[in-house]
Amino acid sequence: MELVCPAGTPSALRTAVDAGADAVYCGFRDETNARNFPGLNFTPQELAQGVAYAHDRGAKVLVAINTFARAGGTNLWHRAVAQAIEARADALILADLGLLAWASRAYPAQRLHLSVQAAAATPPAIRFYAERYGIKRVVLPRVLTVNEIAGIVAEIPCEAEVFAFGGLCVMTEGRCLLSSYATGESPNMNGVCSPAAHVDYRQEGTTLAARLGGFTIDRYSAGQPAAYPTLCKGTFMVDGKANHIFEEPTSLNVLEILPALKAAGVSALKIEGRQRGKAYLAAVVRQFRSALDALEAGRTLPASTLGALTEGGRETTGAYKKTWR
Amino acid sequence: MVDMAPSSSGVPNAAFGIGKGSLPWPIATFMSTLPLAPLEIAGNQVLRTALDCRPGMFSRLDVYSGKLFAIDPVDCPFVFLLEPRVENPSLRVRTSLDGVSWDARISAVMLVLLGLLDGTYDGDALFFTRDLVIEGDTAAVLALRNAIEDAELDPGLLLGAPNLAAPIVSGSIRRAANVMRRLLGAPTSAQVPVGTFP
Amino acid sequence: MLEARETGAVSLTLGPVLFNWPTPMWTDFYARIADEAPVDRVVIGEVVCSKRSPFRMDVISDVVERLERAGKEVAISALALPTLKREIAEVAGLAGCGHLVEINDVTALAAIAGTPHLVGPLVNVYNEETLAELESLGSVTVSLSPELPLSSIAILGAARRKADLEIFAFGRAPLAISARCYHARAHGLPKDGCKYVCEQDLDGLEVETLDGQSFLAVNGVQTLGSGVTVLGQEISQLHAMGVSRLRLSPHTCDMVAVANAYHDLLDGRLAWSELASTIEALNLPAGIVNGYLHGKSGAVNVS
Repeated sequence: MELVCPAGTPSALRTAVDAGADAVYCGFRDETNARNFPGLNFTPQELAQGVAYAHDRGAKVLVAINTFARAGGTNLWHRAVAQAIEARADALILADLGLLAWASRAYPAQRLHLSVQAAAATPPAIRFYAERYGIKRVVLPRVLTVNEIAGIVAEIPCEAEVFAFGGLCVMTEGRCLLSSYATGESPNMNGVCSPAAHVDYRQEGTTLAARLGGFTIDRYSAGQPAAYPTLCKGTFMVDGKANHIFEEPTSLNVLEILPALKAAGVSALKIEGRQRGKAYLAAVVRQFRSALDALEAGRTLPASTLGALTEGGRETTGAYKKTWR
Repeated sequence: MVDMAPSSSGVPNAAFGIGKGSLPWPIATFMSTLPLAPLEIAGNQVLRTALDCRPGMFSRLDVYSGKLFAIDPVDCPFVFLLEPRVENPSLRVRTSLDGVSWDARISAVMLVLLGLLDGTYDGDALFFTRDLVIEGDTAAVLALRNAIEDAELDPGLLLGAPNLAAPIVSGSIRRAANVMRRLLGAPTSAQVPVGTFP
Repeated sequence: MLEARETGAVSLTLGPVLFNWPTPMWTDFYARIADEAPVDRVVIGEVVCSKRSPFRMDVISDVVERLERAGKEVAISALALPTLKREIAEVAGLAGCGHLVEINDVTALAAIAGTPHLVGPLVNVYNEETLAELESLGSVTVSLSPELPLSSIAILGAARRKADLEIFAFGRAPLAISARCYHARAHGLPKDGCKYVCEQDLDGLEVETLDGQSFLAVNGVQTLGSGVTVLGQEISQLHAMGVSRLRLSPHTCDMVAVANAYHDLLDGRLAWSELASTIEALNLPAGIVNGYLHGKSGAVNVS
């Protein structure tokens, strides 16, 4: 299985490649990608340099242009496609039906991957994208069990990539408007979820209140682990009781089910976290590199040492196990 | 925009759970007797060196480069005020934040702040465990964090060591800092082992 | 009466009931819609959870027939997130059901491409190129995502060729869909043993912030905004942009009264301010919002 790792900055790209990534994915410094965060991402020149660095070391670069183009602004997305190809990107990761149609006509030879933001979760949907737009790989939504993944892989004409580690969307990606409901900005339109510009942390007596767009997402008492106020990981009231009604702050970690994912026919594993620092990246990439090497060699998998890098210090195998639902 | 009302009191360590790895009180007491001017001069020297090596560093901040960042080593009797303008950035040292209207405040013990600067620590992990506290403009803090992350500020580079010597200097400083972190009980779990990546 | 430049009058679509209403209530609701509501098109069928549909299997053909006898155009809606083999087969099977179908994901699009169909608001249509692509695949109405601002709608309206544009005008806006059932989770039940607890919340389960502020509403695997979208003053502007259909999403309040109010507004017999007060008096599940259309957060009301 190919190890696909995030790079929010050129130095993160080099870190990931040096730590053993088979491929690195990244995006431009604008709303064309789903991690449009302050201070992150690549200029076209930085991308070209990053691709050269990766290619020199046998690694690939995949460029995410995976937001939904703004009406009247599709030129920006077209330009991103052209610039990524010019930088010699190995594949483009797209989600928007219109952009897929355009890119597959304009650059028929270019390798395209279907972003998780397209939320293609069934064999007929994936076959549609493969037959009509020629996608060579689908990044599967995080809504499927391992058994379902095996069933899908058997029925599709392209590779399947799944999420292996990092932040976890509990809603189907690309089909979630929670962020814009609270802040006016969403992953689909703006490439941001629960954007930092709308976050307010405030010490209120002995508790720390975390708000997003004026809505209280959580409160932390002294000494309690805090989290970023991602909407779906907040504490809310239902029937007078406070609970993480959608999901606890937690991180996905598939280390323990790697053999099952391999058996399911998965082609690539994706590490989430273009917004995370190099310390995180180096640790996670190295752990998965050694685990994948062990798996290929038939050795025992190393135990996870990544607990401290996870949100709220908790890990989950998420939707991959049916009980999660 | 976010609310930016600063609290005028010091960081309530106990309430935040911050403070693992604090410098021992004799050192802090001793530091409080030192004049701030030399520290400010040294700080600006480091900033200039960093920008000489990484001229594009603050341009990554984009719209956030005009913000005033209060960087508060909670175990030291002083705070840094950073304005990371692309042209003419400034670093000042003050004894307190009284009367300062900062946009964003970043608080942690000194050893943690230094570890963030050189990439030893993962800022998100420290934040989740509340060894690092952020107030004010969260987006500005993220932009600064990402700019510093990308700049690969090794200790040797920051101290102006010549190119060939810089990795050696960096290595020994990192090792020394990690010995101190262990001795003082600073967070260890969010660290990357010394010397395993360039 | 409002006349569009190209599309003629604005018409009303009743969206599918998104909630798990008991079958007798569901049947009675559609009987009354057939007899009394001035809506032109009725989209009917289970969008959220396939476990709910078996209860309506016995009655749906009667309900559809009654609506058609009353002169309504009926479209069958597809499941939003099919994952089980049975669900995928069900969605694919809709292509041959003999009725107009409203798709809610690409699984359904793949099944029906080339045949005229409707596109529901859960399909991502954000720009003119996606709209053109769907038109080339046979989409005749595209119901736009509630998230879209007026600036985008204007461009889509100018670019549309074959497809009617529909706007989400009334109801709690659907915000997200998941593999996990939050209703079951809130009751401490596994999804497979959910005991159909979603049947207790006919307009969705209220989710408040820790400060007691209304925020979201849970409907099984779906999450909606708590605020009730009510568009009114914007409708003449939307019409001028090329929007020719208004979608009313069913709630337990008097939907015939809602449809009448919109019908009267479109006929010029009711002013926008009167529509607002008429609808506000209908015992809505929450306050009115319209922020999305104005490029703001969906939870706010821009007057």
